[in-house]
Amino acid sequence: MSEGPKPETGIRLTEQQLRARRSRSIAIALALGAFVVVIFLVTLVKLGSNVLTRPM
Amino acid sequence: MSVTFARLEPSIAGVGDYVALLKPRVMSLVVFTALVGLLIAPGHVHPVIALTALLCIAVGAGAAGALNMWYDADIDARMVRTAGRPIPQGRVTPGEAAGFGLTLAVFAVVTLGLLVNWVAASLLAFTILFYVVIYTMWLKRSTPQNIVIGGAAGALPPIIGWAAVTGGVAVEPIVLFLIIFFWTPPHFWALSLYRADDYARAGIPMLPVVAGEAETRRQIVIYTLILAPLGVAPWLMGYAGPLYGIAAVASGAAMIALALRVRAERQGHAASKQMFGFSILYLFLLFAVLLADRLWGELAAQAVSHFAA
Repeated sequence: MSEGPKPETGIRLTEQQLRARRSRSIAIALALGAFVVVIFLVTLVKLGSNVLTRPM
Repeated sequence: MSVTFARLEPSIAGVGDYVALLKPRVMSLVVFTALVGLLIAPGHVHPVIALTALLCIAVGAGAAGALNMWYDADIDARMVRTAGRPIPQGRVTPGEAAGFGLTLAVFAVVTLGLLVNWVAASLLAFTILFYVVIYTMWLKRSTPQNIVIGGAAGALPPIIGWAAVTGGVAVEPIVLFLIIFFWTPPHFWALSLYRADDYARAGIPMLPVVAGEAETRRQIVIYTLILAPLGVAPWLMGYAGPLYGIAAVASGAAMIALALRVRAERQGHAASKQMFGFSILYLFLLFAVLLADRLWGELAAQAVSHFAA
């Protein structure tokens, strides 16, 4: 016995809503990426070569 | 605050709407004045740390702007100047703006504290709280002294910049604070003179609405007479050179002349508009010359030590 396609439920986004969501997602990704870069650079500046010095 | 801006459909807000929530023009002035505070501070800070501090200050200022738009959405909708903002336009809900502002505020303060220092971070947190709670929630709707006291929030960035380098506060950035603090009333009152109808419609007790045009014009002159000598103070106190002194005296005299024209104006608002426009140039000029003066002094000192060695 095979089941037919389920009827679609939930909210269908319009083209405009999809475009807006995509642009917001890209902006959040870029902001998070920039935050990671900032943390990385400040870590290098603050620790310098000590970043390699770890207790064994 | 009102719930009339709530939306049940998925958001159509683009990145531009969220950028608008950050009040980018206010943010640029905040970053610029913080940069001056940072560069005139004694001592050395790594450029990456300096840029991180500026980024945090910029994001913190933007967060304060978003929280301001969240709380003020009802009055923004009633004013021509602000009716096009994302919340009154229905593109962003007040809840989304509040979440955005709070998240950025916490990120900016904690990042500044962890990566730069906690004195600067505390000052940034105080600035955001002061702008949102003291100015936006309390003073703006209750007293014509709103922008006088609230102006302290906009005047703090040079102190934050200085603290980012030194880890403390000194008299030099406090003078810069006082310059912006006494610049704010004549700047905004000049604007409110020709936007009085807008403020009255929104129920904001700006000075022209509550005390009338004549009193506002008188107060503009008083504050400008305090501002102009304060503008010269960095030179008189010896931490700015003669180039700054000349620029501060000349532009301060122009500010006083404009304020007197505003005072004498009986019909129309030509002088008020001129005063509003020039006041932006005045503040920018003071800080830009102070910056140029300091950078030039450092370059000259480096050249001298280079040739001496």
